[in-house]
Parts: sequence; structure tokens; C-alpha cells
Amino acid sequence: MDNNVVLTMRGITMTFPGVKALDNVDFTLRKGEIHALMGENGAGKSTLIKCLTGINAFQAGEIHVDGINGPVVNHSTLDAQKKGISTVYQEVNLCGNLSVAENLFIGREPKTKFGTIDWKTMIKKSQKIMKDLDMPVDVKQNLEEYSLALQQMIAIARAVDMECKVLILDEPTSSLDDNEVEKLFKLMTQLRDKGVGIVFVTHFLEQVYAVCDRITVLRNGTLVGEYPVAELPRVKLVAAMMGKDFDDMAAIKTDEAADFSNAEVFIDAQGLSHKGTIKPFSLTIHKGEVVGLTGLLGSGRSELARVIYGADRNQTGTLKVNGKEVTIKSPIDAMNLGMGLLPDDRKAEGIIGDLSVRENLILALQAKRGMFRLIPMKEQIALTDEYIKTLQVKTASRETLIKQLSGGNQQKVILGRWLATNPDFLILDEPTRGIDVGTKTEIQKLVLKLAKEGKSLIFISSEIEEMLRTCSKMGVLRDGEKVGEITENLTQETVMKAIAGGGSNE
Amino acid sequence: MKNKKLNSNTLLLIITIVLFFVMYAAGCIVYSDKGFGNIQTFLNLLINNAGLLCVTCGMTCIMLTGGIDISVGSLIALDCMILAVGMEHWGMSAPVLCIIVLLIGIVFGMVQGFCVGYLKIQPFIVTMAGMFFGRGMTAVISTNQVSISNEWFVKLANTKIELPFGAYTNNKGALQIPFVRLTVVVALIVLVVIFLMLRYTKFGRSLYAVGGNEQSAVMMGLNVPMTKLKAYVLSSFLCSIGGICFCLNTMSGNVQQATGLEMDAISSSVIGGTLLTGGVGNVIGSFFGVMINGTISTLVKTNGKLLSSWSNIAVAALLCFFIVLQSVFAKIKEKK
Amino acid sequence: MNKVKKITGMALFLPVFCMLLVMLVNVIYDAANGNFAFNFFTISVRNGILYGRLIDILNRGSEIAILAIGMTLVVSSSAGTDISVGSVMSLSASFCCMLLAGYGVASASTLAMPLFLGVLGGILMGCVCGAFNGFLVAYLNVQPMVATLILFSAARAIGLLLCNNVIVYVRNDSFGFFGSFLGPVPTPIVIAALCILVISLLLRYTALGLYIQSVGINKKASRIAGLNSEKIIFLCYIVCGLCAGIAGIVASSRITSADSNNIGLNFELDAILAVALGGNSLGGGKFRLAGSIIGAYTIQAITTTLYALGVSTEQAPVYKAIVVIIIVTIQAPPFKAFMKRMSDKRQLSKGGAAV
Repeated sequence: MDNNVVLTMRGITMTFPGVKALDNVDFTLRKGEIHALMGENGAGKSTLIKCLTGINAFQAGEIHVDGINGPVVNHSTLDAQKKGISTVYQEVNLCGNLSVAENLFIGREPKTKFGTIDWKTMIKKSQKIMKDLDMPVDVKQNLEEYSLALQQMIAIARAVDMECKVLILDEPTSSLDDNEVEKLFKLMTQLRDKGVGIVFVTHFLEQVYAVCDRITVLRNGTLVGEYPVAELPRVKLVAAMMGKDFDDMAAIKTDEAADFSNAEVFIDAQGLSHKGTIKPFSLTIHKGEVVGLTGLLGSGRSELARVIYGADRNQTGTLKVNGKEVTIKSPIDAMNLGMGLLPDDRKAEGIIGDLSVRENLILALQAKRGMFRLIPMKEQIALTDEYIKTLQVKTASRETLIKQLSGGNQQKVILGRWLATNPDFLILDEPTRGIDVGTKTEIQKLVLKLAKEGKSLIFISSEIEEMLRTCSKMGVLRDGEKVGEITENLTQETVMKAIAGGGSNE
Repeated sequence: MKNKKLNSNTLLLIITIVLFFVMYAAGCIVYSDKGFGNIQTFLNLLINNAGLLCVTCGMTCIMLTGGIDISVGSLIALDCMILAVGMEHWGMSAPVLCIIVLLIGIVFGMVQGFCVGYLKIQPFIVTMAGMFFGRGMTAVISTNQVSISNEWFVKLANTKIELPFGAYTNNKGALQIPFVRLTVVVALIVLVVIFLMLRYTKFGRSLYAVGGNEQSAVMMGLNVPMTKLKAYVLSSFLCSIGGICFCLNTMSGNVQQATGLEMDAISSSVIGGTLLTGGVGNVIGSFFGVMINGTISTLVKTNGKLLSSWSNIAVAALLCFFIVLQSVFAKIKEKK
Repeated sequence: MNKVKKITGMALFLPVFCMLLVMLVNVIYDAANGNFAFNFFTISVRNGILYGRLIDILNRGSEIAILAIGMTLVVSSSAGTDISVGSVMSLSASFCCMLLAGYGVASASTLAMPLFLGVLGGILMGCVCGAFNGFLVAYLNVQPMVATLILFSAARAIGLLLCNNVIVYVRNDSFGFFGSFLGPVPTPIVIAALCILVISLLLRYTALGLYIQSVGINKKASRIAGLNSEKIIFLCYIVCGLCAGIAGIVASSRITSADSNNIGLNFELDAILAVALGGNSLGGGKFRLAGSIIGAYTIQAITTTLYALGVSTEQAPVYKAIVVIIIVTIQAPPFKAFMKRMSDKRQLSKGGAAV
């Protein structure tokens, strides 16, 4: 083994029932590098990580870790940790009900000579760790008192303190805002300089180019290749991930500048709010208009939409739909007014996993009709078949359980659920998150088509480019408040500036 | 802003402690003519609830992991029956029987713990099966009421440990020296040991971690199934200790013994500030929970005119009150 | 091998298989004792009334079947069980008898109020209990089993209070009707059949089933899709309370009295067992009512068989508890995974031998 190498995986093969999740994949990690693991959804990134950390068992291949003779097989996360492989996952995997110090040391608490936990030493050590990382944290407080970003950092601190040789960061940035991401990157580079090998899994291309030294690309469970960052420009990376040359999607939007000032107003919200999530805001949406909501994560984008839809109850102001003042107490009221909401968290709020594609698809329509007016089976089947066809859902049959579909196809079914209710106003909250590029384009096309049919839409996305392509107006949010609207001169630059704000705060 | 001293969990505990003192004080005032204010009444509270205290300590440990154990009442019935029948009909020696009973507790806990921890079956279902199994086995051993007259055991039961202070004269004018029974000492030792265990051992903290966030506990490298199994073994073991204490009080074995004790243990634990969702709680709170429970039944008994079912209803109502309180606090927290 | 898998994988395999197993035991037992081997299946008519062990099972199993309906809905919608049903049965019975006999009367032969009012009162009491449970579970997010624990212990005690701590007898034939015969058929069978029919029609011709399953699988998503999750869970608990009320009336009518301590004793176990035996996951979500119903009668068959084999009423729970553990173990995902690994290994070694 090369002296510089801390981890090699050779010929890793792993099958789930009926599917080859990984086929003969190699992966090499060197000392003191940040190595991005890239690929579309279902490419096998998570599976590879899980094989390494012992959550999944692989059928063939070998793993070698620096300093350990012979091939290594981990049977649990604990096993992996003992061999110097630490992992930080997307969701914070710590216990909120324990103190920060305990979270740092659980499983390896300092002991007194009686074999009991030595709280004094533990707290002292924890304070030192936090100080070294420049984090303003009282280690005796319960973890849940701190923000998600700080919790994420504490999780990394825990991993690092275990003297790991390999640190795996599995989408650690998806719940962080830019500022926090920057802090995280600083921490990552510090660790790299100390000689830790870091595996970085992410969906965000910019982040890869910001910190990584090397990229390994997977596609459909096979290895595409390993490249130094400098040799793989963005376009090529996307091409490698998708396996084909990739047309720029900018062509989708027609250039005609839409003018809605004369169109009928569909939604007229004045001073709506929900305590704790979104401050009073006003928003008007015309018929046939696509309004984008932009801002950092947690800035109140989703929350604004949820208040209009009644997913979070509105507490102030007035809402007019089609000129009539209405009160929306719960989603069903909104649906009866012709609204629909595609939530951002597909798994938690979108799909009903154990029900079939058909049942998932007709659910909203059925709810709208009411319990006692069951949609006849014939109609259900016809509807389902229609949407499977028009949205090109890849499913074995209409009675397949939705949880067996891939993320993109699940998203299409949920989209179909709303289209089936024939809404006048549809809110799409991150409809393209975690979906491969091909499906993304399809969804964007669909949005434009719906707008052309005279429907109003709210489109929320973390990718500004995507919104530039679809929206004719953008609402900008910051810290739970709607701070502005951009109607003219929609470019990446203007939007970014608006999101960042005047900078007067700091 | 974040004042740790007054988070909702501490508040629950304070409410409990205050409630106990208020209730007891009220009892002292209303029933002062019946000797409620005597120190011995308070000590009797301990004596009568020594068994329950042991069981509640075990229950708290399980509830910390987010589980529940409703088999404790019938396990106690089984323990008592084995002790009674063993001494009276099988002619076995009392100390040996005590050890056997403790072993049965451990095995019982291991089976339940295995089902919950390793087979991942809902704790409620497992322990409900355990509850019916225990009660049924008691009936299999004997369906009669069996009284204990074993010399060693009787001596054990009648041992008075007199307190060096607090002597008083009762309303007949005789001098009374306050005393506790052996069971109280056992129960208090259990309480202290469990308190230290929860605070200062890895196992104790693992219980909190598992209850706080099970998935995280796995990710942090804790052996979750094993922790749960140990928790159930601990609970059933403590329950068996409680069973012996219980038997020392009642001196008999009976199929219907300790029915609804699981309810008392759970409500004591909940009233004492243990969250039903797991991860938060302490045996100190549980102690006060037990005392509140005991005070209610003593009050009902002292009254003399009320039906005994009133104490059931009162405890259930109190449990309901604390459950609602917990859920309201949880909702407030979520909104933040 | 494949065929076996297909059959064992069928929806109602578990309950039907258990039912057949119990029947087989009965046949063997009868044959071994020198009785007519198919004694179990014979139905005769004496004095214009149906007799036979099957009829007996159907009759005695009525309460469990009625409870199983409510329990199935509760399990499906809230992923928890209602352990208060037995106690609620007892409370409904006590309330009904108290109404019919008058408060404080220990034994009455004339009714203090019209029969239907008393019965309605009892059933309503069940609904109120269900609503209480439902409120805690649906609107306050209390774990179902903990929420129902309150009434599990309190309902019986309240029943005792209502009856002034005695067993109230209502010695009136009109009240005894619900526990006796309608023509040649035992009334409880008819009542159970009616309950099953009503709920089946509801499930067949409304979207209730879809709603309940949807809420049971993903409460949040159901809400976004326009369902009122809380209301649906609440409704399920009310139905469960209603079922417990009806079952309580039937049980008390059988003995024309309200024995608070014994009516509905251990019935919660039977009802939960029926649901699990019916192949429904106790983790909520998808359900099959037919499975639960067959499960309920299977349990009664097991109980009857146990009694026939000489096991006493108090000892029977031992065997049922063992059955519960076996069934939930079979359902448990880790166990399934373990079995699969075993069979994979066997196939692997077989394949190796063939080569």
C-alpha cells in the first residue's frame, strides 16, 4: 500500500434483492485530502459508505485501512469507529436530551478508578474541544438548546476527537445556510491540514469545487472514474454523472418577457403570518404566473407557502382568492379553493409509503370529494393510468407500493396527485431536490406548461438557475421575513444580491 | 434567556414535589384527629409502598429507554405465589426460595428484553403477554389463597427497625417509638443504587441516550438491543425484589394479588417527571410519585367511608393530568 | 417450494391456517377419546334451538369479534392498541344495568326505564370512553397504549362506583334477550354479524378504509393531502369505544347482571390477539378486517378447545400469551430477516451439493 493512502476499497460488490447496488467499485482515499464522492440518486454513494461503515454487508471485495494488516470487514458503526473511520450523517445523529459533553463522549466516557463516569474530566475535555474549534458552546447544556448547524458541528467535533483517520461527511451541508457552510469548510480544511482523509458526499456542485481535492464519480452502482478537481470542469462532471453529454437546460424558457400586470389576480395575500416561522408578508399572484420564492434555507420560503396553503395556520392579515376573502383553517379548505402543495420533504409529508401508486395518486382527489363519495374503481384506474403515462412514471404496475419506486418517480406520483385535483394554484416546494438531472428538466417543463394553461404557481428551489428558468417574479426572504420582490432584470447576480441583503447587519 | 433551572422537565418535577407536600399537609389538617400527622403514618407510607418503590425504580429505567413494562404486577403475584407455595407446600427453605424468585425475575426479564431489544416487538405487546403469562402461571401453581407461616420469613417480616428519634405519645397516651421494616431499608438502598447508576455509569447514560434518540444511539456506537435487554432484566429483577418486599407485607400468595400494580408503578413514574417518550426522568421524581400514590390510598383509607375504587380513580385522574401536562409542554417546545 | 411460498404469502393465510389447526386438534381429541371424530362440526336442533360446538364458538366469540372490529381500526390508524376495551365493556355493562335497575338497587325484575334507553345509555358510555381515549391520542399526541391505560385501570373502578360496589342483577327477560336466542340462533351471533356487516359496507362503499390506512401510514402527508388526520384517529377510537359498549351489553345480558370485576376481563388481550392473528401489523397502516374477524373466532376456538382439554379459566391466559408472542415474533422484521438468511443458506448449500 502506498504510504500516503489511508483507505482503499477494491472490487466492492453488493446486491439488494434483485438489484446490484454496487458492482466492482474501487475507491482510494489519501492522507490529508478532501475527496468528493459524486453521483446521481441511486448511483450507489450511500451504499458504498454503508458498506464501509458496516451498516450494509457487501458480497465481494476488500477494504484496507492504513495501519491494519489484511482486509477489514466492519460489522457496525462502532467497529468502524474503532478502526478510525468516523461518519457524520445528513441528519444530526446525536441525542438532544443529553448534554453537549455527553454527546461528545458517549460510548467512551472517561472513567474514575471505580469504573464510574468521571464528569469533571469529561466536562473539562469537552470545553477544550469546543474552544479549539472556536465554538461558543456551554458543554453542560442539553444539545437540543443549540441550532441545527451547531449540532452538526458538534457531531463533527465528536467524530474528529475520536482520532479518526477517515472522516466521512454524508451530505452534511443540506441543512446549513451559506454562513454555516463556510464555517464547516474552514473546519474541514483545518482537519485536512492535520492529515485526516475526508470523504465528502454532496449534491451541491459549487461546494465540491470550493473545498475538494479529488472527485470519484459513481453511476448506476459502477465506478466511472477518479479525477483531480482541476482536471474535471463542471460540465464534464455532470456529464460523467449522467453518462451522457448534457445540453444546457437554459434553452427551456422562451424569451418572451411575460407581463402579468393586466392578468387577473388569483392570490392576494395581505399581512399573513405564522408566529415563530414567518413574519407578516404580502404577495399577489396572477393567473398563469409562476412566482419563485428564494432565500437561504430556513429563511422562511417553505413557511410562507405553508401559511397560504393552511399547512401552518395563518394568524394575521387577510387572504383573497379569486377576489373573495377566505379563511383557511387546514389544507382541505385550501384544496377546496383549488390549491395544492407539493411539500419539500417527500418522505415525511409526501408519499404514503405502504399504499400503492394508485391509492397515492387519487388520495387528494378523494379527500376533496369527501369520505362518502368514493371514486369508482374504474375511474381510479383510468386516472392512474393516465398520469403514469403523461408523467412517464416508471413503475411495475399501478398497484406497486410507492415506497418501492425511486425518488424521482415518487415525486412524479405526488405531482400527479395534485394534477388530478385539477388545481388553479399549485405550490411546488423543492420539487427537484434529490432528483436526477433528467427528471429535473421534465419537471421544469411541466411547470411552464401549467402556467401556459392559466394556472398560478409558486416555485421554491435552492437552485437559483432553475428558478430563473421558470419564474417571472421572485419573492426574496431573509430570516423569516419577506424582504423584497424582483420582477425585472432577473439574473443570478441580482437574485444573489437580494438574498445576501445590504450587509448592514454585520 | 435560556435558563436551565426552569426548563419544562424540572418544572414537572417541582410540581410533583409541591403536590406531594400539599397533599400530605392537607391530610394532616383534615385527618389530624386520626393521627395522620404522626411520624409513624409517614413511615407506614414507606412500609406499605416499599415494594412499589422497587418496582417503580425498574419501571423508570425502562421508561427512560422509551419502553414500558406492564408485566410487573403479575410477576409480583407469581413471586408471592412461588414463595408461599414453596414454603408451605413444597417445604423449601425461605432464603433459597428468595434466590429462586430473583432468578425467575432475571429470566423473565431476559425473555421480554430479547423480544423488545432484538426482535424489535413493541414493548407493550411483549409485556402484556408477559402480564397474562405471569398471572396464568400463578393460577397454574395454585388458585387458592396460600398464607405463609414459615418461621424465618415471619421473623423477617416482623423485624422492626426503630428510629432513634421522633418518639411521640399517641392519643391513648402510650409512648410510641417510630419504626420501619426491613423492606423500607431494601427499597431505599435500591433507590440510591439506581440513582447512582443512572448518573455515574455508562449503562445508566446509555438508557438516556437510547430513549433520547435511538437511531443516534446506534450511530454513536451504543449497543441498543443489549441496553434494552439489560433494562428489562433490571426491571424484572427489581420487580422480584419488590415482590419479596410485597410478600413480606402481605404474607400470602394469591392469584389476584397486586392487580393493577403496573398501573401504580407507571403512574408513579410519570407523575415523577419521567417522559413517556423516553430520555427524560429520574428516580428521585419516581420516589415522590410513589409517595403521592401512597398518600392518595392512605387518604382514602383514613376516610373510611369512601370505596376503595376511589383511590384507583384518583390515581388514574392524576396520571391523566400529568400526561396531558407533558403533552402540552411538548407542544409548546415544538412551537419554539 | 414456490407453491408453498405462494400459499403462505397469501393475505389470510395465517388466520385460516390457525383455524384449521385448531379444528384438527379437536378432531384428533374427539377421536382419541372414542367420540365421533367430527363432533366438532355437528350442529343439531334441540327444542328449536341450534346446538353444537361450532355454534358455541360463534356465540361465545361474538364479543371478541365485535371488539376486533374497533381494535383493527384503532391499530391501523394510530399504530397502537386500545387496552381499555375490556374495562370499557365492564363500565358500559355497569352503566346500562344501573340505568335499568335504578341507582343503588342490587336486584330488579322490573325495569326502571325503557329497555332501549338503558341499552343506548350503555353503548353511549362506551362511545364517551372511546372519545376520551381518542382525544388524548389524536389531539394531545399521547401514545395510544398509555392513553388507554388510564381507562384500563379507571373504567372498572368507575363501574363499581356506579353499581355501589355490588353486582347489579336485572332479572328481566327483555334484557336477557341480547344474550339468549333470536329464533333458533343465539342473539350475540346476530349482533356480531350485524356489526360486521355495517362496518364492511362502510369500508366497501366509502373511502373510510383508504383514509384510515393513509393516516396510519403517514399522518403528516395525509394532512397535506387534505385529510383531517386527527379527526380520523378520533373517529376510530369512538368506533372502538362503540364496539366495546355493544360487547359490554351482550356480555352483561348473558348473565343478566353487571359483574364489574369480571365482565370483559382479559378481553383486551383477545381482541389484540385477534388483530395480530388476522395478519394485520400491530405497527399500523394496512389492515384486513376479514383477517381480524377470522382471528377473533379462531381465538374463541382456541379458548373453547383449551377448556375442553381441561384448562381452567385462570390458566388459559398462559397459553394465549405464548400464542401472542409466537405470532408477533413471526411478524417481527428481524425474525423475518433471520429466517430469510437461513433459507438462503440452505439453498446455497443445496446448490453447492448439486454442483
